[in-house]
Amino acid sequence: MDLWFTNIANYIVQLLMSWGFPYFWADLILLLIQWMCVLAIVVLDVIILIWLERKAAGFIQMRLGPNRLGPFGIFQTIADAIKLMTKEDIIPNKVDKWIFLTAPLFMIFISVMLYLVLPIGEGLAVVDLDVGLLYFLSLSSLTTICVLMAGWGSNNKWSLMGAMRAVAQMITYEVPLILSLLGIVMITGSLRLSDIVAAQSHVWLIIMQPLALICYFIAATAELNRGPFDMPEAEQELTAGAYTEYTGMRWALFFLAEYTNLVAVSALFVCLFLGGWHGPFLPQWLWIPVKTYVVICVFFWIKWTFPRIRMDHLMSFSWKVLIPLSLLNIVLTGFGIEIFAWVRGL
Amino acid sequence: MVLKNEADLKEDADVKLLENNGVFCTWFDKIWNWGRARSFWPLNYSCNCCPIEMLVAGGAPRFDIARYGYEVFRASPRQADLLVLAGPVTLKMAPVVRRVWLQMAEPKWVLAMGNCAISGGPFRDGYSVLPGGDSILPIDVYVPGCPVRPEALFHGMLELKAKVEGKR
Repeated sequence: MDLWFTNIANYIVQLLMSWGFPYFWADLILLLIQWMCVLAIVVLDVIILIWLERKAAGFIQMRLGPNRLGPFGIFQTIADAIKLMTKEDIIPNKVDKWIFLTAPLFMIFISVMLYLVLPIGEGLAVVDLDVGLLYFLSLSSLTTICVLMAGWGSNNKWSLMGAMRAVAQMITYEVPLILSLLGIVMITGSLRLSDIVAAQSHVWLIIMQPLALICYFIAATAELNRGPFDMPEAEQELTAGAYTEYTGMRWALFFLAEYTNLVAVSALFVCLFLGGWHGPFLPQWLWIPVKTYVVICVFFWIKWTFPRIRMDHLMSFSWKVLIPLSLLNIVLTGFGIEIFAWVRGL
Repeated sequence: MVLKNEADLKEDADVKLLENNGVFCTWFDKIWNWGRARSFWPLNYSCNCCPIEMLVAGGAPRFDIARYGYEVFRASPRQADLLVLAGPVTLKMAPVVRRVWLQMAEPKWVLAMGNCAISGGPFRDGYSVLPGGDSILPIDVYVPGCPVRPEALFHGMLELKAKVEGKR
């Protein structure tokens, strides 16, 4: 059961080669199919997640959430999607047109590219890069540039302030995010995500790196502009932040990209700390989605129970608390590795 | 009762003919309006008492507007569908309300919530208040009350839903 998808892929390649395609073209076609699968997963995930978030918010606030359309209101997101697609597409007169128009496209493109390195099972990543972790982190911080494009191109003061906040937040929280993951790289000795998951076959890294877990989780929440850290979109202060001028589908693309990022970062969290595809009973490719959805629910839980924190508190929290903690984690991990090696040598 | 002109009647007859011969006809408008009617994202223009009732309708456990899927209150007019006028429109505010309405993307609707927005309410004879929001905006649904109860607001939104779907 673990190898279903690998077998399907092998079968497709062999079928294409038996039709006379050279290996290069067969591989390329397989890659295209994988891209399509990634896109389908992304869209399906977002449709489910928006419904799930509205339901979760309802239950946390002792409400019911959407329940009129279909069983438990499942079709609510589809109605929203139809409405957003048929809304008027307003491009204001004074915007920087090309930047304004391309910002949502770049954002969704970058967010989907994050999925390429995530291993869904043993040998089940679209591209198993040997610098997978680095690739993931650098791309996920690139989405901030798209937010800046949106804010700058809109030619609107709220948009620009929201975008500036997003950039400041990214610069502040990228540092503890990467520093907290250094401990994992030191233990597993690899930047390849499938190696990191394979190293957790006996003990998950959540046990060995609890401090990094906390630092990474907080920094990732800030990186996703979610929960108590949604400063760039702070409604009460900035209307809709960087997205103020966007209508209909263009705005929906930003929304789609944010949820796509959320899923990708949660999946990375699962791969790094929660043992990835390792788990009893279920097949490997089912464990990753199950764990990812659990992590996403924790993100929802945090978002709907904490109030938004102030901008200067946000900055000082990162520089004064998170970065020292993640540096301490590196030191402790180094000592731990040395002590472990010394005990083994006795 | 919806009045139909001759062209509509002829179209209906054509559709009947096709349906009798096993062809199923529908309109894109039907699907679009199905979606639009079920996801009004409100933008509120508000002063004091009606908005409190609106907040109760939106966020309180007892009256949960999220059941109908209308709970996404947008702060930016660009992303909103329904302008909820919940308060008297003063002369000074009138051009601003009008501009906010113009900034909203089509298709858009306006709901007048409470007596002040409908007719000026107790301030009707005042020197600085418009006699109702409909002197500057095309209002789709009037919900009377002072202040409006949340159930009445729901009823108004469901009436608007019926209107968008062409059932009214």
